[in-house]
Amino acid sequence: MVMPQRKQAISRRTFLAGTVGTGLVMSLGTVLPGCSREEAASDIAAGGASKIFSPAVWFEIGSDGRVLVNIAKAEMGQHVGTALARIVADELGADWSTVSIRHVDSDPKWGYMVTGGSWSVWTSFTMLSQAGAAGRTVLVDAGAKLLGVEPSTCHAEGGEIVAGDKRVSFAEIVAKGDISRTFSAEELAAMPVKPAAERQLIGKATRALDIPAKSNGTAVYGLDAELPGMVYAHPMIPPTRYGSTIRSIDDTAAKDIPGYVQTLALNDPSNVIQGWAVVVAESFPSAMKAAQAVKVDWEAGPTAGVNEADILAEGAKLAADPASGTLVVNDGDVAAARESAAKTHTATYTTSTALHFTLEPQNALVEYVDGVFHIHSGNQWQSLILPALAQALAVPETSIIIHQYYLGGGFGRRLFGDQMIPAALAARELGRPVKLVFEREDDSRFDCARSASVARFDASFDAKGALTGIEHAAAAGWPTLAMAAGFLADGVDGKGKFDPFAVSGADHWYTLPNHRVRAINNDLAQRTFLPGWLRAVGSGWIGWGVECFMDELAAMTGEDPVAFRLARLDAAGKNAGSAPNAVGGAARLAAALRDVAERSGWGKELPDGEGMGVAVSHGQERNMPTWTACVAHVAVDAETKKIKVKKIWQTIDCGTVVHPDGAMAQAEGATLWGLSLALHEGTAIADGQVKDRNLDTYTPLRMSDVPELDIHFMPSTEFPVGMGEPPLIAVPPAVGNAVFAATGKRIRDLPIRL
Amino acid sequence: MIQFELNGQTVTSESPPDTPLLWVIRDELKLKGTKFGCGIAQCGACTVHIDGAAVRSCVTFVALAEGRSVTTIEGLNTAEGKALQSAWVEEQVPQCGYCQSGQIMQAASLLAGTPNPGDQEINDAMSGNLCRCMAYPRIRKAIKRAAAAEEA
Repeated sequence: MVMPQRKQAISRRTFLAGTVGTGLVMSLGTVLPGCSREEAASDIAAGGASKIFSPAVWFEIGSDGRVLVNIAKAEMGQHVGTALARIVADELGADWSTVSIRHVDSDPKWGYMVTGGSWSVWTSFTMLSQAGAAGRTVLVDAGAKLLGVEPSTCHAEGGEIVAGDKRVSFAEIVAKGDISRTFSAEELAAMPVKPAAERQLIGKATRALDIPAKSNGTAVYGLDAELPGMVYAHPMIPPTRYGSTIRSIDDTAAKDIPGYVQTLALNDPSNVIQGWAVVVAESFPSAMKAAQAVKVDWEAGPTAGVNEADILAEGAKLAADPASGTLVVNDGDVAAARESAAKTHTATYTTSTALHFTLEPQNALVEYVDGVFHIHSGNQWQSLILPALAQALAVPETSIIIHQYYLGGGFGRRLFGDQMIPAALAARELGRPVKLVFEREDDSRFDCARSASVARFDASFDAKGALTGIEHAAAAGWPTLAMAAGFLADGVDGKGKFDPFAVSGADHWYTLPNHRVRAINNDLAQRTFLPGWLRAVGSGWIGWGVECFMDELAAMTGEDPVAFRLARLDAAGKNAGSAPNAVGGAARLAAALRDVAERSGWGKELPDGEGMGVAVSHGQERNMPTWTACVAHVAVDAETKKIKVKKIWQTIDCGTVVHPDGAMAQAEGATLWGLSLALHEGTAIADGQVKDRNLDTYTPLRMSDVPELDIHFMPSTEFPVGMGEPPLIAVPPAVGNAVFAATGKRIRDLPIRL
Repeated sequence: MIQFELNGQTVTSESPPDTPLLWVIRDELKLKGTKFGCGIAQCGACTVHIDGAAVRSCVTFVALAEGRSVTTIEGLNTAEGKALQSAWVEEQVPQCGYCQSGQIMQAASLLAGTPNPGDQEINDAMSGNLCRCMAYPRIRKAIKRAAAAEEA
């Protein structure tokens, strides 16, 4: 997988430390050809404003010694700023109590801005470690000079440079010292990053910096943003995502509503929104009332009659067609294995459409002033929506600034800031700041829902009953095709591109003699709605089929489900793993599986109607494996068929854990998300849009549904990988497999219904 | 014009009487700690107290507050309210944090009537409050911690 960061044209990178104003600033510069280091250095001193130099300023140390770490990642519950700042502060030798963070607005100087894929720590760890180490080097050298000692006798600790019994504070060094310094890319890469044993902050207990404000009502979310003179806009969502047009608008009845201003039909040159209008009023309650009174007559788009069953039928048809799709994995010869098979087994797994349902509904406040659009809205992927906004507004991206806020839930919904477009169009047309707020039902209708999926598995066995091959055909709507086609990957058969995020998990770490995976775009899903990246993305539905089917195969061969998996997690061949991300390969997944089996008492006798199920996952992506193994213990009521999940065990190996309590919180939340998708969530496309739009019928897991959780992290000093999503993936199949163990009934459709 | 007490201060609203109290608090009186989630009293993000009782302000007309005392997260200064806010930090409860004002207001109402709630009482009182990040295990722990702190 090509990471977004690497898409940038970077010729060489230079790290600069220099005084700007009264403080020390550390930055990573992207120096373009023709720009000397000296020019770059003078540029940072001038604030980095010139076009030839775009510094991504990471942290600053004030003359009071306080360390401010700039966070270009969205805070949506993962306490990302705390984790990233801990990485910098550990290397720097800072006093943690003097460290604060700032979530920054969009600006080219930050480089590529995205918060997703459970990537933040993984993609930032090396750069931030090296930046911290470079800062420490500068402070040691300058501090040594002030102390009159050799730098080699100094170390940084608790915000001071220490040499024997002499010490000088960062504050004093910044105020007095000579701290101008430039590092080449090579020097930066060679920075003496601390060995794990010397870490003071990484892996140690701490509290998240964002939690106090989130416990007393002072945390500010996008919905809380206000500007003088603003009006409210209420969306009028067309009957289909694509191709609907407005025939007429009748706002006669709205004119009597106090505060009603007008209804605007919107024309979006980017085509992200189609057939939209917004009702504008002086207050949001007036806008809600007026939206009830305004009548919009639409010519519905071509998918107004599409239902969930049509999408699933299309997926099943495509999955059964060997000519469809693109090969993602093609190991051995699946066709030959099938031809020579003594026995075959086919099963089809499905998942239903599911909603993000961020508790903070979509919103955006836009002010167009002095030729610049100021957009106030919490967002995960500024670098994705900026080009769309630029097209919609026919302005350069430099005329748009996205001001960041806390996100009242992200889960992938806020990777696409499509709601900013109608707000910006309306703000320009009205000449006033416009605050667009979605009511819940509209938020659901405009959600980029998780696509329904169909996965067909064909397994072959030899005459001795041994498994000889699996073909896996996976059909769904593809988020990346719809929103970020530049990130599609090439199939191994040269037949075209596929959405790597929508098939992740099919390229698993089991050693199989013959294995083929076909990724198939469900074109009907794609035409009907905007498929979204929902927490864990493809792994979330792919893992359901892969791990339930493994259980089926274990049952067919009469093997224990844990033993059946362990036999194939042999870390042989391509599953041996490699540095830096996957050291140990499948052996680490096997270790996690053995650990969870042991802790859960796998194999113990259970009462009638109870069962335990197991599943594993390598997380989001094969090249960033987060090794997780899960056991679920369920009880199924014989009469009511009600499934009660009694306990879930998880064992997670994510390498180095930067912020242990934050990681545990993500693991708890993601585990319960997995359970919610397994038993409580799921909707359907009905007449072209999602059927369940509010909590009266869309029913995520509640307090009373929470089982006992027992989550264990494998101790590790390996490279840190992702944590926000991976613990979700193995939960639904573990629950499904537990239901099979309890009842003998194989569940193949998610959410689970008996 | 509707007059009521908000966090101990007398306030007036010029909004029509059928305006949801939520929007009066947030947009007219500028206290943003109370959140909008579902609009149909099913998520609890908008929970405030009227005369000490937890209500969903998204479906409560402002007229119903006339002459009464409304408390929001910003004005929650009862002993159990303070204990809860402290326990929320001790247990590191919030993730995205959006629902937490409502969770704390609901929990404060629970503790006011049931100083030492058991698991079932917590389930009964708190299951109307959705936490989309699913920080439920920590919410439960924090309520118990606050209850224990109050008892001590």
